Amino acid sequence: MSEAIAVAEAAAPVAAAVVAAVHKGDVAWMMTATLLVIFMAVPGLALFYGGLVRAKNMLSVLMQVMVVFSLISVLWAVYGYSLAFGGEGLIIAGFDKLFLSGVTMDSLADTFTETVKLPEYVFIAFQATFAGITCALIVGSFAERMKFSAVLLFSVLWFTLCYLPIAHMVWGAGGYLLDKGALDFAGGTVVHINAGVAGLVGAYLLGKRIGLGREAMTPHSLTLTMVGASMLWVGWFGFNAGSNLEATSGAALAFVNTLFATAAAVLAWSLGEALFKGKPSMLGAASGAVAGLVAITPACGSVGPMGAIAIGFLSGFVCLWGVNGLKKMLGADDSLDVFGVHGVGGILGAILTGVFTAPSLGGTGGAKPDEFSIASQVIIQAEGVLITIVWSAVVAFIAYKIVDVVVGLRVPEDEEREGLDIASHGESAYHY
Amino acid sequence: MKLVTAIIKPFKLDEVREALAAVGVQGITVTEVKGFGRQKGHTELYRGAEYVVDFLPKVKIEAAIKSELLDQTIEAIEKAASTGKIGDGKIFVFDLEQVVRIRTGETGSDAL
Repeated sequence: MSEAIAVAEAAAPVAAAVVAAVHKGDVAWMMTATLLVIFMAVPGLALFYGGLVRAKNMLSVLMQVMVVFSLISVLWAVYGYSLAFGGEGLIIAGFDKLFLSGVTMDSLADTFTETVKLPEYVFIAFQATFAGITCALIVGSFAERMKFSAVLLFSVLWFTLCYLPIAHMVWGAGGYLLDKGALDFAGGTVVHINAGVAGLVGAYLLGKRIGLGREAMTPHSLTLTMVGASMLWVGWFGFNAGSNLEATSGAALAFVNTLFATAAAVLAWSLGEALFKGKPSMLGAASGAVAGLVAITPACGSVGPMGAIAIGFLSGFVCLWGVNGLKKMLGADDSLDVFGVHGVGGILGAILTGVFTAPSLGGTGGAKPDEFSIASQVIIQAEGVLITIVWSAVVAFIAYKIVDVVVGLRVPEDEEREGLDIASHGESAYHY
Repeated sequence: MKLVTAIIKPFKLDEVREALAAVGVQGITVTEVKGFGRQKGHTELYRGAEYVVDFLPKVKIEAAIKSELLDQTIEAIEKAASTGKIGDGKIFVFDLEQVVRIRTGETGSDAL
């Protein structure tokens, strides 16, 4: 008995001092969140995109999403993690952790609480899934016409020269936009604007699909698109609430916001279609869900639930315009509307994060609630948006040009007519 | 002998089959077809893209019958397939030269 007390007394000073600790609950949650993000990419995103293409290109889209995700995951371990998170720096982190060198089972990664740490392996895996899904998102823009080898080569170039620096600038220690105070909780700029812009540039450079506007290019299975969109919604809780890095009330806030914003966006898109097009469509509801998820991504950690509903509702209407009026103005054949949904939704979400984070509008006010000002935060947000747009557009343009010279961007015309499933992969999705 | 071909609305198939059985038609062949007539197609909207669907799904039924059954057959199809709305379909009647039942080799009206 007395011995036990002595031990407890001896332990007390240690507990009083600030000691970093790993909590099992956080580890379990973050591994679950990582799984959810993998689930978003395959099968979620793959099916969402796959259902939207013609049956003859179904497997090519599934294949592109799955292989790009896998390729980027491996590159993440080889050099991606090091460049994005392996140290401090304005634009990139450094080369100290190439091949994950120095990372062991005992290495720890920071969370948003000084005394709480995660096993570094968990953080590496979680961030790997973000890089993977971002590159996979771009697939939707050049779907149905790009060479498989070109898709892979472009992904490597763009991941290296665009994703990694932007991810570091927004999230990494010493990153330019992080230090500016830009709010991007789960990756509105890093993931969605980034991918949307890269996709749009690709749609311009590849040119339109053969027969666009003359032949029917109706989605071959909106059923699968709805299944995929729903998987994205579920998986996105890992993406958004997982970005809190701890299983705390911060994760709970991101969780409710991800739920409510998405639901509001489904309603808004459906309402918009009913008002302007006459009929609310299933594809519209599924697109609305994705638009809402995209828009709430940067905001989910710092706005309140009512702010989330407002952001979701606005995103439903604005992205509906993104795939109609704006798409016609842009004139690019962005096959699956990556820019119209992810680019436009991402930009809207990033800007509105600066608005609805305001404590007066139910937000947390960010790091310094007392000093929060909507105007100055919106300017910071806009700067983040602008840097991402320009950086992604320039890198993507150069990357596509390099790919064009090395392997060529498009499949030959007869292969495009036959369908990429048979022409590029030697198999077909359906046997009736 | 006559061959009666009718294009009808797909959901009317069961009623037409029952009506034909009731007047003594021994068998029919059914095919799912697409086509257009006076009924216009419809437009489908996928996000910003609008597609006009010209060909509507219909069911084609074919019945080989004895000539004396023709009026009843036509009446049966007409009644059963009618909704009164545009797109109810059409009935075509052909003279039928020969029929052979493959299993037995019977020919003519014995084979019907």
